[in-house]
Amino acid sequence: MAIKNQIKQSLIIAFWFMILTFPIMVIKVNTIRHTIDFRWANLVGVGIVTFFASMTWNYFLRRNEDQKKKEMDDDIPLIHRLLQNDRFRRPFLGVVAAFFLAYPFVFPMYHTSIMISALVYVMLGLGLNIVVGLAGLLDLGYVAFYAVGAYAYALLNLHFGLSFWVVLPISALLGTFFGVMLGYPVLRLRGDYLAIVTLGFGEIIRIVLENWDSFSNGPRGIGDIPAPTFFGHQFNQENTMVYIYFIVIGLVLMTIFFVNRLENSKIGRAWIALRDDEIACQAMGIDKFKTKLTAFALGATWAAMGGVVFAAKTSYINPMSFTIWESITILCVVVIGGMGSAIGVIAGALVLILLPEYLRAVSEYRMLVFGALQVIVMVFKPDGLIKSVRKVYTFNVQEKAIHEQTNT
Amino acid sequence: MNKPILNVKNLTMSFGGLKALDDVSISIEKGQIAALIGPNGAGKTTFFNCITGIYEPTKGVVEITPPGKNTQSLRGLKPNYVTERGIARTFQNIRLFHGMTVLENVMIGRHCRLSSGIIKAMLQPPSQKNEEQKAVTDSYEILEKIGLEKYVNDMAVNLPYGAQRRLEIARALATDPFLLLLDEPAAGMNPQETKELDDLILWLRDNENLTILLIEHDMKLVMSLSDWIHVVDYGKKIAEGTPEDIKANSDVIKAYLGDESDDA
Repeated sequence: MAIKNQIKQSLIIAFWFMILTFPIMVIKVNTIRHTIDFRWANLVGVGIVTFFASMTWNYFLRRNEDQKKKEMDDDIPLIHRLLQNDRFRRPFLGVVAAFFLAYPFVFPMYHTSIMISALVYVMLGLGLNIVVGLAGLLDLGYVAFYAVGAYAYALLNLHFGLSFWVVLPISALLGTFFGVMLGYPVLRLRGDYLAIVTLGFGEIIRIVLENWDSFSNGPRGIGDIPAPTFFGHQFNQENTMVYIYFIVIGLVLMTIFFVNRLENSKIGRAWIALRDDEIACQAMGIDKFKTKLTAFALGATWAAMGGVVFAAKTSYINPMSFTIWESITILCVVVIGGMGSAIGVIAGALVLILLPEYLRAVSEYRMLVFGALQVIVMVFKPDGLIKSVRKVYTFNVQEKAIHEQTNT
Repeated sequence: MNKPILNVKNLTMSFGGLKALDDVSISIEKGQIAALIGPNGAGKTTFFNCITGIYEPTKGVVEITPPGKNTQSLRGLKPNYVTERGIARTFQNIRLFHGMTVLENVMIGRHCRLSSGIIKAMLQPPSQKNEEQKAVTDSYEILEKIGLEKYVNDMAVNLPYGAQRRLEIARALATDPFLLLLDEPAAGMNPQETKELDDLILWLRDNENLTILLIEHDMKLVMSLSDWIHVVDYGKKIAEGTPEDIKANSDVIKAYLGDESDDA
């Protein structure tokens, strides 16, 4: 019976699509001969394709539900199981490390450049993951902090000749400062209201940069931003790209290292508690304002550092790099990757940033494929590509006995 | 005589024109198991919310005298400061942190007793590691006391209902309170679970030196457990006394069963 129903449903959908696409797929006005051509073959094509697409969609949807019922409890993503298993952990990490180390030497500069962008997004994603994934604060203006970092480097270098390595920590602090600046007034908001205000903030920063000509050079942007130097040594163009690549790798590793530590600390637990239940969280003795503020500030810190790298890599920035779409992309990285899951965010950034680059071959349908993929991920993996797994504590009975002995 | 551990005087809480609490005075002695009862909508949970800082009372005095410390006012303090002062609570509708394991839920309770900040969390010096390790063992011990140690690494949301209620108590205990406020701890429990809860509450009073104030509708539990009962109805306190007094009190019976003359 189920099959019969499904065929019926798919037929209806196919029929609906045929009507829906009729004006664009079937009717064609021939402006030269002043006639209207009806391309009936297209109508049949749309019907057949939609019917089969709908059938497959339903099939996967049902299979997905069956699987969910089966493995409610031990639904731990494969990669986490790999990392938890000591036998696979080292070889796995070794392969990953080798791949990323060899990458710039194996692939041409163009690919290195794309990978740098993707890795910058890994940083941004991990930063936003603190705000959205862990603390549950929907921030749509995250790109503002990215802009703060990029412009900090460009301007400090232009006016004071400060180098990349000097600006990197300065911009991190600036990011923190701006995070607090934005965080403070919006602490009382949550959910949709917070999203709207942060959205506004993001736009304010961009519009200020666009219009304050004497400060930021307006829409013309700032060019000739120098690449980072290696103890004063300037590489040629190709080696600079490799050098920046390794700087980003270093920064990403540092980000993973710190974010991972934060996640399983007092403050990380407070973020998740805040996300899960604000009232209970306060009743457990957690300062709501302080916790929100630290989430905002730390998220902004990493965005600003990402901005510095971005400016150094492209050597030219203008306000058009920091539009709302950038915020949305970073948010997609976090949501599709897996909210609150560092590995998920990394995977999300690599997939979401690399995929469009390599889909340039089918550039006409690039955004279509991209959008479809996002919908598919959200339907079949609502927790993201790799969902978060909480730390497992082991209790050694012997150790506990010793602990008790020392207590008494 | 010792000062009462919790002293609430003339507490009034208005929401616009509605007085959810009207001039309620309640005091609780150290080591008591006190109960706050009353029909639905009488203002019991509002009373808890006023004490724990979720609402700021319109009028009135909320004072605590922690054992061995001076009397201090709680009025207008934010919930997290109230918890720091040593008052912990559970919620009527279970409010656990779903995205965390059972152990982490309890560790959240330790939050206000830990001192490491962000910098320490990132650099992890030995002091932070020790503190973290101690928080883990402390939390595990609390779980053992409550009898939830077998769920230690399970997600809180996957626990059976009765265990979730107990976990709320464990989480509250982790904040090192001297006064525990339980909001309908037995709601939705079966008789067996209620019996276990009964034992747990007595055990907490005797072994953890806690004073307990509970809101409860299960009269059997209230009558067997409480040393002292306060009754509120329509935001007003209508009676207080030992379980025997309350059973015999005509105002209380009227509040619960209705007045015969009202029915006409």
